[in-house]
Amino acid sequence: MIKFLLMVNKQGQTRLSKYYEHVDIGKRAALEADVVKCCLFRKKEECSFVEYKDYKLVYRQYAALFIVVGITDDENELSIYELVHNFVEMLDKYFSHVSELDIMFNLDKVHIILDEIILNGCVVETNKNRILAPLLALDKMAES
Amino acid sequence: MALKIVKGSIDRMFDKNLQDLVRGIRNHKEDEAKYISTCIDEIKQELKQDNIAVKANAVCKLTYLQMLGYDISWAAFNIVEVMSSSKFTYKRIGYLAASQCFHEGTDVIMLTTNQIRKDLSSPNQYDTGVALTGLSCFVTSDLARDLANDIMTLMSHTKPYIRKKAVLIMYKVFLKYPESLRPAFPRLKEKLEDPDPGVQSAAVNVICELARRNPKNYLSLAPLFFKLMTSSTNNWVLIKIIKLFGALTPLEPRLGKKLIEPLTNLIHSTSAMSLLYECVNTVIAVLISLSSGMPNHSASIQLCVQKLRILIEDSDQNLKYLGLLAMSKILKTHPKSVQSHKDLILQCLDDKDESIRLRALDLLYGMVSKKNLMEIVKKLMLHVDKAEGTTYRDELLTKIIDICSQSNYQYITNFEWYISILVELTRLEGTRHGHLIASQMLDVAIRVKAIRAFAVAQMATLLDSGHLLTGNMQRNGICEVLYAAAWICGEFSEHLDDPLQTLEAMLRPKVASLPGHIQAVYVQNAAKLFATVLQKHEGDTDSQAAQDTSQLLVERLPLFVQSANLEVQERASCILQLVKYIQKLQQKEVEVAEEVSALFAGELNPVAPKAQKKVPVPEGLDLDAWINEPPSESESEDEKPKAVFAREEPKQSRARHVEVDEKELARRREARKQEQANNPFYIKSSPSSQKVYQDAPGVEHIPVVQIDLSVPLKVPGMPMSEQYLKLEEERRQKEKADKKKDKKKKKREKRGKGRRGDSGPESEEDITPAQQVDIVTEEMPENALPSDDDDKDPNDPHKALDIDLDKPLADSEKLPVRTHRREALKSPADDEDQDSISQEAKKRSSKEKKEKKKEKERKKSKEEEKKKKKKKHKHDVEEEPPEHQPEEPVQSEETVERAAPPTSTSAEASDLDFWLSSAPVPPPTKEGAASPTSAATSTPTPGPKTSVEVAPDSGPEEPKDTEPDEEKSSKHKKKKQKKEKDEKDKKKKKRHHHHSDHHHHHHGDGGGEDSVQNGTVEEEEEPLPPMSNYCLLAENSFIKMVNDIQGNLQDGSQVVVSVIFENKSGGFLKSMEFNVLDSLNSKLQRPEGAGPHDGLVVPFQLPPGVSNEARFVFSVQSIVMPQKLKGTLTFIVKSEDSSTHEKLDFKLHFTCTSYLITTPCYSDAYAKLLESGDLKSSSLKLEGINMPFHHLLARICFHHHFSVVERIDSCASMYSRSIQGHHVCLLVKTANQTVSIDAKCDEPSLLANVLDEIKQTFSQC
Repeated sequence: MIKFLLMVNKQGQTRLSKYYEHVDIGKRAALEADVVKCCLFRKKEECSFVEYKDYKLVYRQYAALFIVVGITDDENELSIYELVHNFVEMLDKYFSHVSELDIMFNLDKVHIILDEIILNGCVVETNKNRILAPLLALDKMAES
Repeated sequence: MALKIVKGSIDRMFDKNLQDLVRGIRNHKEDEAKYISTCIDEIKQELKQDNIAVKANAVCKLTYLQMLGYDISWAAFNIVEVMSSSKFTYKRIGYLAASQCFHEGTDVIMLTTNQIRKDLSSPNQYDTGVALTGLSCFVTSDLARDLANDIMTLMSHTKPYIRKKAVLIMYKVFLKYPESLRPAFPRLKEKLEDPDPGVQSAAVNVICELARRNPKNYLSLAPLFFKLMTSSTNNWVLIKIIKLFGALTPLEPRLGKKLIEPLTNLIHSTSAMSLLYECVNTVIAVLISLSSGMPNHSASIQLCVQKLRILIEDSDQNLKYLGLLAMSKILKTHPKSVQSHKDLILQCLDDKDESIRLRALDLLYGMVSKKNLMEIVKKLMLHVDKAEGTTYRDELLTKIIDICSQSNYQYITNFEWYISILVELTRLEGTRHGHLIASQMLDVAIRVKAIRAFAVAQMATLLDSGHLLTGNMQRNGICEVLYAAAWICGEFSEHLDDPLQTLEAMLRPKVASLPGHIQAVYVQNAAKLFATVLQKHEGDTDSQAAQDTSQLLVERLPLFVQSANLEVQERASCILQLVKYIQKLQQKEVEVAEEVSALFAGELNPVAPKAQKKVPVPEGLDLDAWINEPPSESESEDEKPKAVFAREEPKQSRARHVEVDEKELARRREARKQEQANNPFYIKSSPSSQKVYQDAPGVEHIPVVQIDLSVPLKVPGMPMSEQYLKLEEERRQKEKADKKKDKKKKKREKRGKGRRGDSGPESEEDITPAQQVDIVTEEMPENALPSDDDDKDPNDPHKALDIDLDKPLADSEKLPVRTHRREALKSPADDEDQDSISQEAKKRSSKEKKEKKKEKERKKSKEEEKKKKKKKHKHDVEEEPPEHQPEEPVQSEETVERAAPPTSTSAEASDLDFWLSSAPVPPPTKEGAASPTSAATSTPTPGPKTSVEVAPDSGPEEPKDTEPDEEKSSKHKKKKQKKEKDEKDKKKKKRHHHHSDHHHHHHGDGGGEDSVQNGTVEEEEEPLPPMSNYCLLAENSFIKMVNDIQGNLQDGSQVVVSVIFENKSGGFLKSMEFNVLDSLNSKLQRPEGAGPHDGLVVPFQLPPGVSNEARFVFSVQSIVMPQKLKGTLTFIVKSEDSSTHEKLDFKLHFTCTSYLITTPCYSDAYAKLLESGDLKSSSLKLEGINMPFHHLLARICFHHHFSVVERIDSCASMYSRSIQGHHVCLLVKTANQTVSIDAKCDEPSLLANVLDEIKQTFSQC
């Protein structure tokens, strides 16, 4: 199961957070700080999996952005690692060369994309067209 | 300014949208908090506007702020407002905000129920989608209960987009509302074979999650998953399925056997690393479950290890990490195959990545052997030296200790070496694990008697050296080691060369800076040392030394008497007085040594952890029961001791034995002595006269040796652990040589100081340890319970989901069918049921006794019958429908499925045992019989039984094994049957009102034609023929409809019509629409917004030959009369080349019986009811009924929803209740083929109609 997905920049600022199991808002900040500490200070040559408390963190760096996924012990780390890439590709496709600002300005849309990929802590969809379909439909709705 | 005023207020509010907010925050880096607080104020203003667009914009901004860590729960109500906007663009913003910040404690959630329901049934799939997504984040138990049925319906939605989401959400619903699992499960299972891969994957995901927590309930799905695994090409799904198998195999070794081949194929063929990794993981799990008794899978292990080696050698750190992780799993069961890769793993210890190093460390744990332990530890010590971070160093330290101490120091051949390693570890700066080292020192010194002399010498040096006393060391806890050192030196002081010197070291003023608990041990053990010194000098003519020692104590102890620590103070002042007294005696030249040492005589044995907990509670002892009446103040005298015992019990830390034998008494005495010795307040009597010696050298002036810390890990004056490597080598070689020499001698004298004469059994590597662990097992109470049952977390939400899914649904379990839930009707019926049943059972138990005996006999004979039947049918195993527990209630969906002709695939799939037996259908020999019998249980339990079941099937392959297993199998069968019977009997007691039903079911599936059996069976106990309440509704060449009508337990004005549609055509049946012409009294319930003449869409399509069930709810006003409704089913038949519209008319017959609900009633309530006089009576006579009485009752129960209240010989009272609460009571008597039924009911016309229907039932047979 995926427990949470975070997107943070190199300064440790959260750019996207999604929890699939409720965490108190007060505790979120502490958790995010911890998680960021765990991942940000790792060197390039270190592996992308970190054990943190009950979770396993799978992270990937894209330029100045880190995407960190907290998973339970039984999840397949490699598949999540791929999933993160899939997610970023999706963002890239929709925003064409996605940047940190894109994500900040369009937080709600990023959430829509994410919700199409991960639901309830499980991977629901990996097909790019199907993932973007609701968002494109929405855009059309807004235009008309 | 003027321009701004001109601008409309709405426009102004749009000034700042999310983008502006983000920009603003970025431009106010200095005073971000202040800026945001002004923004929040603005947002609050915006939320007060009536314009929904403004509100949505505000909520959108709030979502961003929430992500930054600002609490936005105050806006919860506004979020709900935005959620309920009819425009999707706003709605989704509301749902997004809700999903980010709503949780179980948000109170406005209960306001959302109807809105969510509306969105769920919205014609726009994105409305539904966004509601589902939101629900997944904030579903509460209330929402789950209220919406379970809606979501379940969505699982069969026409759009796969909705289906897959609905399926996934169900998982959360199950967690929050476990009661929904059983009703929803059949549909969930169905989704595993959904045509859309996304839906399939979702279903796999959910079942995987469920099964991982409670695997045994999902074992029966294995064949289905197996099919999916071999057919699916989607790696995501494959990974999940393979993971699921990993969870299932431990329960069913045969499954593992079946899996090995496809998994190894996948390992060979796949290019996806994640899949490969998952396969390897599951193969490992399989091999673990097979490890006992499946020797010829070494090829698979080799394959796994090989693949993992490739991963570990890969330059990708991720793969390396995972490789090591998986390797550690193999290690547990097949250490040998991992050990050959020691080089690789040691190499990983040098990796740059700490997580990889830690994983490698984990592996080392299992790789050590007697041969390589010293070498590996040496390597680790080097790493300890080099390690930078303290966390990693601490990890190394604990690993070293773990590795060495594992399985009772199994791999340590030389304890001198181990002690010196421990001593070296004390030089670690900044470690938190001082206590760990200390406990190891204590453990080894206590349990390895032969090492004590050496250990004591080392500890004395530690105490002496004082490097641990420096302030720095104390702060980080390494000084804990001194606790052990002091205790060891004191307890085993007889081994000290110079106890006086150690005593002096222990009384140094600097000691006073140690933590209190360590000082306390110092003081106590100083006393022990004192005793030793006295004894040593007792024989001497010169008593000066002894007196000197006393003086030393008298001088130094006051320092401790002043200690702030209570424990230290108490001990010190006690001992000080004692010493002063001894001093007096010494001055009188009285010999005291003997008495003083007696204070500390006796030996301590280690007690196993949890020993106390494992003492079994003796039979008949209820620890929670009051021994005395609690508040009674006038306690009689003889009660008192008991009470004292009860109170003292929890305090006792030592294991208590139930039986007290001589040895035990001795041990207790010993223990008591020790306790007394450790108790500073306990002073032994009879101190004899003594003389006192004065003058002690000023120890303060002795300089504390400063140790050169630049040379790490070297304790001056102590042997280095490394030396032992060489020594050990030599020793081993010598030993080898010795062995060659004295081959014939059984007992050999061995070299080495600490060695014991006889060295137990030879190790597998032929290395005899230099010292043995003497006290191998820690003390455990007799009859200790072997298992720890404390590892399950009672708070785990998944515990509630441990539900038997193969058991058919009871009526009360069904999800509320319609959208309107009655708050008051949560599940009162359920509770009532339980209550009345249990009470009923109690009341009737005496009466039942007579009957029970009979019933047991009946059961037995039935078992036999069943067996015979099975034998007869063994050829048809494949076609046989899944058999269910015999005690199933009648009103279940599964029953229905069974009544309908099963499709061959489902039958095969659900017969797990059959599927698991790899051989084809067994030949019709006697041996074959075991297999079908075992197939009777739809959820096989693992264990001995399963292994037996395999035997007959694999017979042809392994003829040798067949015979012994055959014998076993029959034995087991008997056992199993007995068990089953017991269970049945038990259950029957509980649910007596159903008992007649289950007679029927027992044989319902076997077919009635072979019911004439066995001469031993009593005539009366003849099994029941199959019964079904499903009657034909309509039929044509395309479709057949059968239906059953049941009252809705939870709604007095509703009945549920279950219709099974069976596709009889060769084409696909689509777009089925069910419509009924409503009457004034009965109306078909249509969804909101549908017109009164609209048909209901049947939520599925039917492939050729398949049948499925749909339910329709009708509301009825009056139930006293039967009635008929006309209806039509329209559908499209689609064959390969054409599709045609067809229709089928039918007449739905609502009998009065269908308004009755089986309701249990116990006899005194029944009697009261009859006495009340409110009931009108009526009667009925049936002639020529030629069936056993219990058949008759069963039929009335089954067809007319009655329950038996009481039965005496050929007379029975029965009860039922209508959905509107009318009581219907029957008294059924039989004599000479005539049955008379006297009936009472508060509604005469209802009664008349019911009796008519009963009459009709019996006229048909």
